[in-house]
Amino acid sequence: MSAKQLIKVTANGRTYERLVEVRMTLADFIRQELDLTGTHLGCEHGVCGACTILMNGEAVRSCLMLAVQAGGAELRTVESLAQGDELHPLQRAFQNRHALQCGFCTPGFLMTASAFLKDNPMPTREEVRDAISGNICRCTGYQPIIDAILEASSELQRKTKEPPV
Amino acid sequence: MKPAPFEYFAPLELPEALDLLERYGEEAKILAGGQSLMPLINLRLARPRVIVDINRLRNLDAISIATDGGLTIGALARQRTLERSTFIQEQNPMLAAAMPLIGHFQIRNRGTIGGSLVHADPAAELPAVSVLLGGEFVLRSKSSARLVAAADFFLGYLATACRPGELLTEVRFPRWRPDDAWAVVEIARRKGDFALVGVALRAALDDGGISQNVRIVMFGVGGKPQRMEQGEALLNGRRIDEALLRELSRVVAEELDPDSDVHASAAYRKEVGGVLVRRALQSALAKAKEPVSQ
Amino acid sequence: MEPISKTAQGYVGMPIKRREDVRFITGAATYVDDIKIPNMLHAAILRSPRAHARIRSMDTSKALQLPGVIKVFTFQDLGDLAVPVPIRMYQLAGLERHLQPLLAHDKVRYVGEPLALAIAESRYLAEDALDAIEVEYEDLPAVVDVYEALKDEVLVNDEARTNLAAVHEFTIGDVERAFREAPYTRREEFRVHRFTGNPMETRGFVAAFDRGKGELTVWGVTKLPHLNRQTIAAFLRLPERKLHFIENDVGGGFGIRGELYPEDFLIPFAAVKLRQPVKWIEDRREHLMAANHSRENRCKLEVAAREDGTILGFRAIVYGDMGAYVRTHGGLVPCSTAALLTGPYRIPNYHAKIHLVVTNKTGLGTFRAPGRYESCFYRERMLDLMAKDLGIDPVELRFKNLIRPEEIPYEVGVTRPGSGPTVLDSGDYPSALKRGLAEFGYEKLQPLQGRLQNGRYHGTGIACFVKNTGGLEPYEGARIVIGDRNDVAVYLSISVLGQGHETGMAQICADALGVPMDWITVYHGDTDTSPFGWGTFASRGTVMCGSAVHLAGQKLKQKLLGVAAEQLGDEASTLELRDGKIYRTSTEAPAVDLNEIATQVRHSGILNQGFPELEETAYFHSSQMTYSYGVHLAHVAVDAETGLMEVLKYLVVEDVGRCVNPLLVHGQTVGSAVQGIGGTMLEELIYDDNGQLLTGSLMDYLLPTSTDVPDIGSVILEEAPSPLNPLGVKGAGEGGIVGTGAALANALSHALSDFGVQVKALPLTPDRIRAWIAGRSG
Repeated sequence: MSAKQLIKVTANGRTYERLVEVRMTLADFIRQELDLTGTHLGCEHGVCGACTILMNGEAVRSCLMLAVQAGGAELRTVESLAQGDELHPLQRAFQNRHALQCGFCTPGFLMTASAFLKDNPMPTREEVRDAISGNICRCTGYQPIIDAILEASSELQRKTKEPPV
Repeated sequence: MKPAPFEYFAPLELPEALDLLERYGEEAKILAGGQSLMPLINLRLARPRVIVDINRLRNLDAISIATDGGLTIGALARQRTLERSTFIQEQNPMLAAAMPLIGHFQIRNRGTIGGSLVHADPAAELPAVSVLLGGEFVLRSKSSARLVAAADFFLGYLATACRPGELLTEVRFPRWRPDDAWAVVEIARRKGDFALVGVALRAALDDGGISQNVRIVMFGVGGKPQRMEQGEALLNGRRIDEALLRELSRVVAEELDPDSDVHASAAYRKEVGGVLVRRALQSALAKAKEPVSQ
Repeated sequence: MEPISKTAQGYVGMPIKRREDVRFITGAATYVDDIKIPNMLHAAILRSPRAHARIRSMDTSKALQLPGVIKVFTFQDLGDLAVPVPIRMYQLAGLERHLQPLLAHDKVRYVGEPLALAIAESRYLAEDALDAIEVEYEDLPAVVDVYEALKDEVLVNDEARTNLAAVHEFTIGDVERAFREAPYTRREEFRVHRFTGNPMETRGFVAAFDRGKGELTVWGVTKLPHLNRQTIAAFLRLPERKLHFIENDVGGGFGIRGELYPEDFLIPFAAVKLRQPVKWIEDRREHLMAANHSRENRCKLEVAAREDGTILGFRAIVYGDMGAYVRTHGGLVPCSTAALLTGPYRIPNYHAKIHLVVTNKTGLGTFRAPGRYESCFYRERMLDLMAKDLGIDPVELRFKNLIRPEEIPYEVGVTRPGSGPTVLDSGDYPSALKRGLAEFGYEKLQPLQGRLQNGRYHGTGIACFVKNTGGLEPYEGARIVIGDRNDVAVYLSISVLGQGHETGMAQICADALGVPMDWITVYHGDTDTSPFGWGTFASRGTVMCGSAVHLAGQKLKQKLLGVAAEQLGDEASTLELRDGKIYRTSTEAPAVDLNEIATQVRHSGILNQGFPELEETAYFHSSQMTYSYGVHLAHVAVDAETGLMEVLKYLVVEDVGRCVNPLLVHGQTVGSAVQGIGGTMLEELIYDDNGQLLTGSLMDYLLPTSTDVPDIGSVILEEAPSPLNPLGVKGAGEGGIVGTGAALANALSHALSDFGVQVKALPLTPDRIRAWIAGRSG
């Protein structure tokens, strides 16, 4: 059994203190210790992107990090996108464009997209296609996801106030 | 796919890190960006007894210019930082151009330049680029510090001159020669994948269009980055024309002795390696003729 | 098209946004790994690292000494409960000799075969336990190629005495004569590679045994919960009603998930034995070596035709690489290859012989359009070869041989073992082809055919297809219940794996019953609420269960009108139910709200006459299949020096009879086309000569990403509703994948015609393309 360490992380604006095995991955920590099961495991070797979260504002594959590495960091998962009942423009756009079917890859795409749109708020279609090439979907064929991200980028530009992500 | 048990340290200061590395020697694995190591650990293909996480070491990611105009980059500098740095784009366009070829942006957010170099996957871009640029690596241990040339650093498949107890702390590149024609290109099954075959090259062209100081380094073609010496010899001192380019393809294909794997056969890598070098050179020459743009 | 939420007309046919989306986009869905129960234990499976070996010994003692490790089950622990994984369909004689044991005991026969089940307090600890189990193997040679296997020099199952597990053969018409008299014949051997579905969510179960009641609840089931429950109940020797199979949210299936595998037995078994909940979640590495593989087969195909291109006959010899054990689908995959080989064409004489061969690889099962993707490739490639030989335009050749609408329903003949004849129910095949050519701009692209432009060779290819959907198993059911206050519940007997049935079925119910769609909630996948059903496969969900919903809705409407008639003192025939209100015919204002009636019936002692429920159950029965059809068109550009091929343009035209929700159908088409393009160009499960799976992770098994495919064009036709169900629908989940191998291979062959490349084998990888161009073998 691995040794344990006490870590303190902030996730979706809330601070948690937990004792974790040093070998526990950040993805498992989020899902099991923090009960935030919106982040999914699709491969556990950094290829599929289903486990994508934001750490200190950057999109990372949480299956390739250890929980102990996130001590002192600010994490954001898919559960942070909606503000109460109000969906984030990305979420609304995904629904509008039928950009999900089974939904398993969706949280990873939403987090990747939210990081991408911060960097590139007015992307071209090709730039969006490129930006999501590190996330795998087996159901939609990507097209409606690209449509949704473009729709969301327009809406985010229109809004004067951006929800904090 | 969960990691096997290990002991974990996250030192805050370099001496502490070097101390740990000396104490545990071969039993320790260094965790930097984790984008190469963690998949192996999750798959239990790597089962280090000890992990030394260097991400908390301060000042190991600094970028600076040396007095001789050379570029110095801390080993922990994130690939994404280098990719987006206008400073790097100015100081070393080839290094900047190699970055987007590495995986996907989520990977580059965590991946480090040092990590990629020490992992030494023969299909990776940075090892080949560092050999082409004549890079030098600072390797520190508790009791020593040494400088190893990139050309001597890569020994074979996932094997480098880095000894147990040593940590790569800094990468140094000679001053960039802005008048050189250069290119770094690769062929991959999908965008962001490791290269089936890739090349980094540069050449100086004198006023008469004669090439000098040609350097060609290929990746994905063997256990480590490969200098294509015959290809270089063919081009040096000659004016580049269509016939010479075709000859170059042939010579490179002959010189290559690559491996087969599930993604491509040795025959493919040989033939396409030759084609790729020709195209890379054509692209380098075309770029060199263009006025400098931002 | 803009997705809309509401409409005054009917809901069926409208692109209504999915209501189920909210929980998925907010991370509030519940997939099986999201289920946590107090005292839950975690399982991990020891899988064979050898392809073929005798098990000399297995020592689990060190594993049991690890803290937190509770138990390690081996074959001996199953005792007299041990059964093999059964075959549920296509049970050809001989296949029963190759069933998979739940855990290996004397021999392992493929890399990934389960040997032991470790149970611990966490998955981490369970995997530590696996590391501590010591197994001594005695290696045996492995056989990984069907032709090698047929030599019977290395036997996968000694008792069977041969690797030829079964043979099936059928003849339609007079094949001997057709080939004797035909002025033109051609014979080719084609090959489709091994690949599979890889849903984003791997398999998994949580099983919890209530020792007070002696009842078992299992989450993670899907596709065939009723049938599977029957089987597991028999295995555990519990009455069926003591097993509760509950489907939660499912991360895709594509035919792979939901079939019975050893784990389906082992995890419930462990839960019952340990009397604690047990969770098992497959990881991706396991999935690649344990979940069903698919598609791998070879076909020696021969065509007989007249000089003018009229096809007279086909002869096909198919070899299916079944893997080491025959799984629940029995001989389905290779048999389906032969069954629909003739596609939408008039081929009156047809002989097929199918060999099912075992090898030391993972077992074979269905993956989206099983056998159809393969057969479409074989047939459409042969048509293009034929066209070239005879100097006929490939499009003209197809028009010449397509079955005409006047001939439909068209009886192909008996092409499936133990089944009635294949009858194409409705269709206008030439119309779909015409539409495809027009939408694609096919004519305009012809000048580019085989030409070099900007350094790349261009080619366009087409493939026509039919796809059987629906039917297969004889019924599905739906129960609709009226509740209080604008509440209608629909319970489906089928499973949902992401197709949007919670929306589509609500549309059907709303129209059939006459209530606003907002009132309706759709439930699925719970054997308690829907005790009888078959499952979700062969794109039969909308056909079978949608029809049941329609029938139940209409039945319930009649019942409600009857109750309203009593209340209002009118004749039921003068009343209508629309939008949740009862109207007297030819009056504008509603007579009474449905809610009023519902409340009074449910809560009053007067009006309900002793039966409080306002519900109806209906089953839709059909043993016949419907046939969607259409055409795939592809435009590719190939760099001959590197072998890199880019798909520039791709279009699928599919006639689905009647389209319930265009948003959902387009979604299926685009998604399946991308799966097909990826499968044709990137994906392959590769074994070495020792039976080692070389593509053991997603770094080597390459799934298509957004930059590997263009935007896919999709045209939905409704020109030929099916006469076989009240809605006229045909299934729409697989048409988008059927023609991908064929269309891309045809396009590539046209692009590289200068080099004399004629594709006969998949996949289309850069390495193979270069080899074909260079005239290299292998």
